[in-house]
Amino acid sequence: MAFAAFSTAEAQPQAQRKRSPIALFLLLPGIAYLVLFFLTPLVSLILTSLQAPSEFGDIGVYDYAFNWQNYVDVVTLYWPHILRSFGYALVATIAALVISYPLAYFIGVKARRWPLLQSLMLVLVIAPFFISFLLRTLAWKQILSDESFIITSLKALSLMAPDAHFTGTPFAVIFGLTYNFIPFMTLPLYTTLERLDVRYLEAGSDLYANPFHVFRKVTIPLSMPGIVAGTLLTFIPAAGDYVNASRDFLGGPDTQMMGNVIEANFLVLLNYPAAAALSIILMAAILVLVGIYVKRSGTEDLL
Amino acid sequence: MIRALIAKARQSQLNRRTLLAGAGAGATALALAACSTGGGKAKPTPAADKSETDKTLNWANWAAYIDEDDAGNYPTLQAFTEQTGIEVNYDVAVDDNNTYYGKVKDQLALGQDIDADLAVLTDWMAARWIRLGYTQALDHANIPNLANLNPALRDPDFDKGREFTVPWQGGFAGIAWNKEAIPGGLTSVSDLWDPSLKGRIGVLSEMRDTMGCIMLENGTDIAGDWGDDEYTAAIEILREQVENGQVRNIKGNSYLEDLKSEDTLAAIVWSGDITVINAEAGDKWEFALPSAGGTLWNDNFLVPIGSPRKTNAETLINYYYEPEVAAEVAAWVNYITPVVGAKEAAAAIDPELAENQLIFPNEETLQQAHIFRSLSGAEEQKYQAEFQSILLGS
Repeated sequence: MAFAAFSTAEAQPQAQRKRSPIALFLLLPGIAYLVLFFLTPLVSLILTSLQAPSEFGDIGVYDYAFNWQNYVDVVTLYWPHILRSFGYALVATIAALVISYPLAYFIGVKARRWPLLQSLMLVLVIAPFFISFLLRTLAWKQILSDESFIITSLKALSLMAPDAHFTGTPFAVIFGLTYNFIPFMTLPLYTTLERLDVRYLEAGSDLYANPFHVFRKVTIPLSMPGIVAGTLLTFIPAAGDYVNASRDFLGGPDTQMMGNVIEANFLVLLNYPAAAALSIILMAAILVLVGIYVKRSGTEDLL
Repeated sequence: MIRALIAKARQSQLNRRTLLAGAGAGATALALAACSTGGGKAKPTPAADKSETDKTLNWANWAAYIDEDDAGNYPTLQAFTEQTGIEVNYDVAVDDNNTYYGKVKDQLALGQDIDADLAVLTDWMAARWIRLGYTQALDHANIPNLANLNPALRDPDFDKGREFTVPWQGGFAGIAWNKEAIPGGLTSVSDLWDPSLKGRIGVLSEMRDTMGCIMLENGTDIAGDWGDDEYTAAIEILREQVENGQVRNIKGNSYLEDLKSEDTLAAIVWSGDITVINAEAGDKWEFALPSAGGTLWNDNFLVPIGSPRKTNAETLINYYYEPEVAAEVAAWVNYITPVVGAKEAAAAIDPELAENQLIFPNEETLQQAHIFRSLSGAEEQKYQAEFQSILLGS
């Protein structure tokens, strides 16, 4: 048994050696692209994050150093924003999942009998992409402003306190994140649910499982790749998003996320090391969170 | 079995290729360190002027900051081209001092052409460019009309004698309110903190304007010799009003959207904008300089260090310092013109225009407006960090 395992292990390197150099040659453009546009900026970012202010330097002048203290500084100063970013992203991802799943299920499973309806609904899901998401977010800001029809009606019906408002609140930011990322959640869910074999569901019912049980034990596990892909496509950009939370869009001073902090440090304070350190922390935190998530949800094949 | 173990051990060893890859990454890092703008100690040198042979000019300016006709042409610029033969490429490239600086700073540090022979930047940003050596000294012999410059603007603390910059337009920061919602009007910055306006107040994200107005209300002379104590006293007021929800939002140009949608009913604003939105969305808002005074700022022409067309730029500055031309621009943009004689020229077009205190302020109005003093690099960093900590919340 053990010897058999070793013999196959030896066979593999031989197969590799036979590989023609053309494969490597074809890979070159891709590797060059990654080195130039991913690795180089990343190295530059790491180096910037370790810079120290230049002695006697003007605002925004830094020297290369190994000032790892930058990381401690930004975490102690901006930990509320870091937590808020992931908190908002998490809530928005869950909300988008809850909204998108029934929608994707309807399009992918229930609407199979009517292909025209199916494609029409898919177009509707994608339709928002035809307009810039900045404009759509600004439109929501107008629709939900204090003197708008919706807000005044809600206040008239006593569903909102008279001095309450919507824009500039955490709720508005999460609303914006959810709204903007729903298509990214719906489409992957749709692609897995579209392939769902309904005979499995029938088999479940034949074995006396109630509909809820069938959903939990059959439908959800079968659509897991879609759920994982959708949540990743929503969570990762949502955590780094700085448009919805920006004071110019749906946010206010107490809803600022990590992206806004990076923007302020880079553009206004000219504190490039802090901005770079925050970017690295954001990247690393997302990488770790996503790694744990994918491991636990048992779909490592996706990575 | 043993053979297999040896093979495994070999795999884990650092082979020549990974060693090379590591060295490669190290070399890349060093190369990056060498070529990116880390130190930036040497100041860049001005580019050679080829205005004689190259009759073009790139002008980077802000949106809605020059006269425009219905077809989208710029009448005064067209007249300039006819007069001088210099083709002007007018580019609305500046939408914020900070973002524009972020975009061009690396090229400036290397002394490269940023595709702008003239840029229009606010006082404090112009001061930074001068300090860092990112601007070219102007030849006043090419700008005889500079004699028309308002005497009050001839010696700002950041550019004595206007060696590097020349004002384009100026404006006030003061308070504005919605006349329908607040029929009684407002007179001071403290009126903004009235509990009945809770959550309906906006302030500017431009530190000098917001802080300037609050400091004036506190009795500080913002043009004079103030320090940490005065600044801290003012920032505590702002922090309190933001944290207790009195201030709804802190914004740049987009504060106009909030006024229009009535998310904010009163705000610290820029004077010219209120004229524009009154024309756009019904005569609903009124602007006033607060009783304790408002801030006065100027946006300035400057020639970036890498521009090879400085003489052309000077020719254009000279043209816009003719009173008739300045009046034409002022009538359209609604900001304060720095050109003496423009008021008389404007009176010839429209007497009412010449009386508008926001465009042609008289002595009395100007007494109420103050210029925020220049900050050193260290002060800028400290004060801006405190201001941003309010903008970013916690």
